Amino acid sequence: MTYEYPDIRGHFNKFGGKYVPESLIPAINELEELYGQIQNDIQFQDRLTNLLQNYSGRPTPLYFARQISKECGFNIYLKREDLNHTGAHKINNALGQILLAEKMEKKRIIAETGAGQHGVATATVAAQFGLECVVYMGEEDIRRQKLNVFRMELLGAEVRSVNSGSKTLKDATNEAIRDWVENVENTYYLIGSVVGPHPYPMIVRDFQSVIGIETREQFFAMDKLTENKLPDVIVACVGGGSNAIGMFYPFLSDKVKLIGVEAAGLGTETDKHAATMTQGKYGILHGSASYLLQNDDGQITLPHSISAGLDYPGVGPEHSHLKDIGRVIYDSVTDDEAVNAFRWLSEMEGILPALESAHAMAYLRKPGNEISAGDNVVICLSGRGDKDVHTVADYLGIKL
Amino acid sequence: MNRIKTLFSQPKSKLIPFITAGYPSLDITIPLVLAAEASGADMIELGMPFSDPLADGPIIQKSSQIALSNGVTVKWILEQVTLIRSRGCETPIVLMGYINPIMQYGWQKFIKDCKQCGVDGLIIPDLPPEECEDITDEMKKYGLAPIMLVAPNTPDSRIKKISKISGVLLYCVSVLGVTGKKSADNSDLVNYLMRVKKNSTVPYVVGFGIKSPQDVQLINQHSDGAVVGSALIKAMETAVNPLEGASSFITTLKSLNKKN
Repeated sequence: MTYEYPDIRGHFNKFGGKYVPESLIPAINELEELYGQIQNDIQFQDRLTNLLQNYSGRPTPLYFARQISKECGFNIYLKREDLNHTGAHKINNALGQILLAEKMEKKRIIAETGAGQHGVATATVAAQFGLECVVYMGEEDIRRQKLNVFRMELLGAEVRSVNSGSKTLKDATNEAIRDWVENVENTYYLIGSVVGPHPYPMIVRDFQSVIGIETREQFFAMDKLTENKLPDVIVACVGGGSNAIGMFYPFLSDKVKLIGVEAAGLGTETDKHAATMTQGKYGILHGSASYLLQNDDGQITLPHSISAGLDYPGVGPEHSHLKDIGRVIYDSVTDDEAVNAFRWLSEMEGILPALESAHAMAYLRKPGNEISAGDNVVICLSGRGDKDVHTVADYLGIKL
Repeated sequence: MNRIKTLFSQPKSKLIPFITAGYPSLDITIPLVLAAEASGADMIELGMPFSDPLADGPIIQKSSQIALSNGVTVKWILEQVTLIRSRGCETPIVLMGYINPIMQYGWQKFIKDCKQCGVDGLIIPDLPPEECEDITDEMKKYGLAPIMLVAPNTPDSRIKKISKISGVLLYCVSVLGVTGKKSADNSDLVNYLMRVKKNSTVPYVVGFGIKSPQDVQLINQHSDGAVVGSALIKAMETAVNPLEGASSFITTLKSLNKKN
């Protein structure tokens, strides 16, 4: 199978595109052109590799999780993106894009953040490159993720609270785009997921693909059982979908079952969930066409998830495409299942997963899942759970 | 002939008030459009509220939020236009709205219904030339004017291209930014509008950050009309009676242009 997306116009069939106000067109066209150049620029690629290795600590390990494997009856391998510098996969993309910002000679970096992981990653690289940094974050998320807010401030970023709409990631993204329209001449918008107008979904995917590329090599060389083999199943959580695309993309042409897990919140039968792919309809938000949670009048509805990083009413356009062509299976797990998985992994393997990643973990125990006994299953453990300790305690009714 | 084309063939100063449909209440929209016409509005831009208005500043965001909580839908807005036309209003009416509610309504059906209701043109700020072809072609088929946007950072060649897609009328965003926030520096604005004048193949109006009769006068010296949105909504917000507040503000905005 040959898979060549996006097309020249930035479309993944009917998804993707450049649905932005005219003032942003010169900026995204310039970015597109620059990105075309750096793909074959050995110096740029070397610099990025160097940063990924020596700053972020790549390659991240692929770890065989013995205890939970035994319990589940299949082999579970964890791709430890949580061991990256700053604690999540977000840094892979932030490092790539900060190099682009530098090439474009922008002095100011803006970003949106949900859980705060992308905000922290952006604040980190902005500090490292000596650039001004403003991070937009919903008021509700600021409340849920106090620790990350303070981390960003320590890193020298200004965190701007957004109190419109649902006061979460969607609204932070609106505000970041408005800032960008106003300051497009000196500002680089460092998008945190595979969303937004073309070329962002492609750029973020490519920078995150290091996850899948490493996994492939590591799995090949892991042990006698996996020697020269590919995994049977790969599972990743999907909010905007950057860790999932980064993990899936290098496996798209292989015979590997790919599963994206969304947040079902209080349940997909309620109106409190963030299961865009399983419950959403075609629409256009934040610069691209994709599946969206919306009402019959095309107004975006409020998502819900215990995980701030998955609390988004849209999803990357490439995921919508991969769903439509049937290449990736999308499913969802509830807040409850995610919290249980958070505790399960902590107790069984000594690893606290981010609540986002706990959704991928929860899928392993979901009744009727796509995994068979004896399968080799890779999970993208996209981030660490330290930031979520308060949320989990609250959820369990424990006062810290 | 399209009402917009007729209007812009006349060499006079033009004022185009922007009104968020269903703001501050549902029953005010029809009287407001009629009052705007009576107060001297040359064309009326009716805003279709969206939950996530990317190109709008706080004032229009808030008015959109209120309109949505009043229960405004695309269907309701089209019904209001039908009723406005049935009251004998012949002022050109254009709808300004983001693409998602239009997609959800069904864009082909939307265009057909717009024509039937008496809408003359559409402004869709998140539909740039890169994505617009099917939709603007369909609009032209029905005699609706696609009013495309240009910005101060749009290159000359692109202004020309966009004006050709528009075919009837072009919309110049006065500043880099969202509605109702900063106003353009006068000399930057004049230089930019000179560029548009040189490159546009059609008449053009200017919007974003226009607040006063002086602004309206200056804009008209260098373009074919001025759009006033956030300032008008603010005037309604602060007036005891929003309808009277809007009428008197529109009258004031027109005051320096009477002689034309």
